[in-house]
Amino acid sequence: MKKLCYDSATSDKKNYMKGDSIMRSKENPARMLWQLFKATFLLSAFTFGGGFVIVSLMKKKFVEELKWLEEEEMLDITAIAQSSPGPIPINASVILGYRMCGVIGSLVAILGTSLPPMIIISVISVFYAQFRSNHVIAIALQVMRAGVAAVIFDVVLNLAKKVVDTRRVLYIMLMVTAFVGKVLLGMDAMVVILCCLVVGLLDLVFELRSSRRKAVA
Amino acid sequence: MGILNQLFLAFIQVGMFSVGGGYAAIPLIQSQIVDIHGLMTLAEFTDLITIAEMTPGPISINSATFVGMRLGGIPGVLLCTLGCIIPSFCICLALAHFYYKYRNFSGVQTVLSALRPAVVALIASAGLSILLLGVFQSDLGGIVLSNFRWIEAVIFVGALFILRKFHPSAIAVIFGSGVVGTAAYLLLGLA
Repeated sequence: MKKLCYDSATSDKKNYMKGDSIMRSKENPARMLWQLFKATFLLSAFTFGGGFVIVSLMKKKFVEELKWLEEEEMLDITAIAQSSPGPIPINASVILGYRMCGVIGSLVAILGTSLPPMIIISVISVFYAQFRSNHVIAIALQVMRAGVAAVIFDVVLNLAKKVVDTRRVLYIMLMVTAFVGKVLLGMDAMVVILCCLVVGLLDLVFELRSSRRKAVA
Repeated sequence: MGILNQLFLAFIQVGMFSVGGGYAAIPLIQSQIVDIHGLMTLAEFTDLITIAEMTPGPISINSATFVGMRLGGIPGVLLCTLGCIIPSFCICLALAHFYYKYRNFSGVQTVLSALRPAVVALIASAGLSILLLGVFQSDLGGIVLSNFRWIEAVIFVGALFILRKFHPSAIAVIFGSGVVGTAAYLLLGLA
């Protein structure tokens, strides 16, 4: 069988530098595609709430459980997914699938992410009136939010610890400011990311300058 | 123009112009479906949003499916969802390609490193709003202490403790909290 898929455990990072965007691996691609489909399908079927919710679940699944991705990579994917048009979970699936198995992986991940809502909503739209007035369903949906919140906070604690561990005041400040800006000042997520992009570019300019000065000295 | 064509084109536009996730798509869907094409009444649209929020999955896919099912049956569902996805697919595939091509250059790393703390903060804020919705049934501005729901609060603390201690899968935790919480409500007769 053709070796299509990426396997992060055996990856050789240097190949990225040669411009090879997707790594080939020894793992059976059919098995990997199936795992990709299963994971995205289940995540999508159990995720209530907006895009960042599913992204934190993806992080838990693909970084912590399956160890397919690095943590920084998942954060980059999130930033890209947030900044592109379209639903965040779909955007994230496209990038994730592409990373794992190229364009086919993208298509499989999209299918996994979009099938559960399609099936669930199709059924609900037929039994619309009964669904809306069912008390037990309303309670179950309400209490599940507490569980979802717990999962997100678990992921956030891990991620925030990583940011603090860099011991760079700039990054810690960025994290705190972004949180305050989003929660207390009601800034748009897009604006927050754009502001940090500007900070990152400035940081790059300073970095290049100081390294040039060092080279001259 | 047939209704299926109209739906498909409407949702391509929704997919293309909704930057910033689920809630950004709602006004776009409203303008396409209710205002421009008159395919639904505003009351129906409000119901649609309620259902889309109550059920799992991205809001725009949920609404695309709901609108498609009501106006065009299964073909409607497929076309609306496809319309919603196509722009995402093309744009993100291109971005993914460039990201994996250039991400190891140190300059790109410096810029991306500044974005990561922001993403952590954004995820935290999403977690906070869903927690408040669960425990107080409102957002940060609208908290009323008498609305405090201790069952949800206990489930949140318990679930977080279990997650930190035993690292179970996310889906097990969400499903478990649904079962435990519903049972608690029914047994205590609070329902």
